[in-house]
Amino acid sequence: MKVNILAFGIVKEIFQRSVIEIDLDGTPTISNLKSELEKNYPRLSQIASYMIAVNDEYATTDLIIDSKDEIAIIPPVSGG
Amino acid sequence: MVDLKISDKPLNIQSCIDWVMTPQCGGIDVFIGTVREATKGKTVVRLEFEAYEKMALKEMRKIAEEALQKWNVHKISIHHRTGILKIGEIPVVIAVSAAHRDAAFDACRYIIDTLKKTVPIWKKEIFENGEVWVAAHP
Repeated sequence: MKVNILAFGIVKEIFQRSVIEIDLDGTPTISNLKSELEKNYPRLSQIASYMIAVNDEYATTDLIIDSKDEIAIIPPVSGG
Repeated sequence: MVDLKISDKPLNIQSCIDWVMTPQCGGIDVFIGTVREATKGKTVVRLEFEAYEKMALKEMRKIAEEALQKWNVHKISIHHRTGILKIGEIPVVIAVSAAHRDAAFDACRYIIDTLKKTVPIWKKEIFENGEVWVAAHP
């Protein structure tokens, strides 16, 4: 299943673009997505932490994503 | 009642205060974030803020609704800036009105503390000889 991933902040710099496409094999869980992302972009494992948001909500690692979902990587936030 | 805004234009402090003002309130607490000239001894040239706007507004609303439940406050306004900010400019304004000051102080502090932890907004510090996304690296 192909999914688009939105990137912000440091992740946008790692990807060198604001949206990437990832092809997921097997059950499309958040944890599988994270493994696939880290395999393709090793620098992602070097940041302090990151969360995945699905349809504007922080997602748990066992959530199964749908190809229509809006998926974003949320590196450590630093607003304010 | 909650008023939220994310904007790349300068924030208007007075409009936040005016929005939370009610005849029932006995006080308004206002937090104004400002861009500091240095971080850990390094001179800051400017900050750049980026937001995942849709989600940031949703998370800001959650925080404000929680504050309304936890404390006896009347109205809450949260405005956050994006884009390039120079020293002394204002990235965030939070205004909270309440009948009594304790609730307004406590709610306002809760809102800024939680915003810094959960709202998807990112800040890059640009120094004279380099730049860093704040909190990105261990």
